[in-house]
Amino acid sequence: MNRTRFAARRLAQGLVALLLIVVVNFFLIRAAPGDPAAVMAGEAGAGDAKFVAQLRQQFGLDKPMIEQLGLYLGHVALLDLGQSYRQQRPVADLIAERVPATLLLTGSAFVLSLLLGITLGAWSSSRVGTWSDSLVTTVALIFYATPLFWVALMAVLILSIKLDWLPGFGMATVGQNLSPLGHAIDVAQHLVLPAVTLALFYMAIYARMTRTSMLEVSRMDFVKTARAKGVPRGRIWRVHILRNALLPIITLAGIQAGQMVGGAILTETVFAWPGIGRLMFEALLQRDYNLLLGLFLFTAAMVVLFNVLTDVIYTIVDPRIELR
Amino acid sequence: MRDFWRRFRRNKGALVGLAVLAAVLCLALFAPLIDGGDPWAMVQRPFLPPFELAHTLFGTDTLGRDIGTGLVYGARVSLMIGFVSTVAALVLGVTLGAVSGYYGGWIDAALMRFTELFQTVPSFALAIVLVAIFQPSVGSIVTAIAIVSWPPVARLVRGEFLTLRQRDFVEAARLDGQSDLRIIFVELLPNAASSIVVMASLMVATAILLESSLSFMGLGDPDLMSWGFMIGAARTVLRQAWWMSVFPGLAILMTVLALNLVGEGLSDGLNTKLGGGRGNAGL
Repeated sequence: MNRTRFAARRLAQGLVALLLIVVVNFFLIRAAPGDPAAVMAGEAGAGDAKFVAQLRQQFGLDKPMIEQLGLYLGHVALLDLGQSYRQQRPVADLIAERVPATLLLTGSAFVLSLLLGITLGAWSSSRVGTWSDSLVTTVALIFYATPLFWVALMAVLILSIKLDWLPGFGMATVGQNLSPLGHAIDVAQHLVLPAVTLALFYMAIYARMTRTSMLEVSRMDFVKTARAKGVPRGRIWRVHILRNALLPIITLAGIQAGQMVGGAILTETVFAWPGIGRLMFEALLQRDYNLLLGLFLFTAAMVVLFNVLTDVIYTIVDPRIELR
Repeated sequence: MRDFWRRFRRNKGALVGLAVLAAVLCLALFAPLIDGGDPWAMVQRPFLPPFELAHTLFGTDTLGRDIGTGLVYGARVSLMIGFVSTVAALVLGVTLGAVSGYYGGWIDAALMRFTELFQTVPSFALAIVLVAIFQPSVGSIVTAIAIVSWPPVARLVRGEFLTLRQRDFVEAARLDGQSDLRIIFVELLPNAASSIVVMASLMVATAILLESSLSFMGLGDPDLMSWGFMIGAARTVLRQAWWMSVFPGLAILMTVLALNLVGEGLSDGLNTKLGGGRGNAGL
């Protein structure tokens, strides 16, 4: 099978997954407490039955379930995720506004965690049994076991409140009229703490995986052959071991690029970073179920998208992969 | 069994983990004896710093409730939810994985597609949505954690079964006229047990992290004092009362670390290749 057809097939599988998630989402919306029409009527200050019935008809809530599902699928296909009952605005608009902030945060954290994690893992695997190897392994183990939101809080407590080195709240300083360059520097300063915190957890995973993977590859026959041939040590590490050991890391990184959007929920909540995750926390506080489920659908779609992308990239990186 | 203990003992980290875990378990079991108080009762003035009074060693919170009492009762909640949701996830995962691996064919293909779908959905976001919609309670939290944690178990059990079912002793049992159910539970499952045990110990750790994250987001059971809830309540007063967030966080860290270490020890002791692995769902 050629590459284009493989990509098309993976995309189709991704779409099926997405469709199923949309259907589940529909039933979750129905399961949410409170009839949306009753809630809206209550907020409009008119609780009488006639008005509620009129609203139900207006939003199609009086139609049979299967027809409602069809309508819902149609709306989602047109990127219409309904209204946020609390904010009186389309859910899709609310989400779109917050995407850039989340991309900035997760993108920087992603790059940082991959670079640091692979470097540390490779470094410690070349020094197995020494104190520096144990140090990296222990630190990775600790960050792996620490709740992300707590690391975030501790970072704010120590670096922002006690030492006053970096801002620990929001994305920019409020009420300052800065030049474009000044604004960029201001945002960068606000980015440091959330990005590093989010990166630490993933760094721990990448470091552990790189170390294990490199040790595994270094025991393989082709590495022994290279040694026997007298290939220089540094070249064996770089060309023979690292390149092969990185393949599982790429797979994991692809999965996590999508998952990071979900992982950012806690980080954004602690740092009041105005992204998707923070919006989810706000939706929770206000029990804004439509917005909550819209966000859920969005994050799930991101993961599906990144999974398909990873699979396609993977076949390009590793020609041994069979296209099935 | 002697072999197991010999290998487990060689892992020093696992021994430390076991000791810490035993201590937390004692706290949880004997909470009312160790600290007779009610974690919701106001016992002192609010914002009392730690290490000033002997009976409120860890300080008090915004309403004058004892942080130490909260820590002790929080151990109960964390361990209970961690264990119960892991058991629920195991039941679900083992059943689906066993059926999938034993029967193979289209049943396997269908069940694995289903499992993949669950692995695709971002687990923390799904857990949040489930708990928020079905209202926070012990039941909904345990269900949500179980729903997001079973897929790796199913895949593991399926993999083990796929290789095991081709072995001679299974063929012998089949010729002996044993029922499928008996073969699955009596012949196959015990052979897959060591990998499941190792995975379960890591799942309890992940479940505790998930529960604390949910409570931190305000989705804990409103009747239970939990570590995550305490940290969530401390967030807005970080500047005034560092101790309110530091101590419960250390409690989570120590418990989860202990479980991970014990998991690695079990992996050594039972000679499985599992351990470490894919990550705690991004918490």
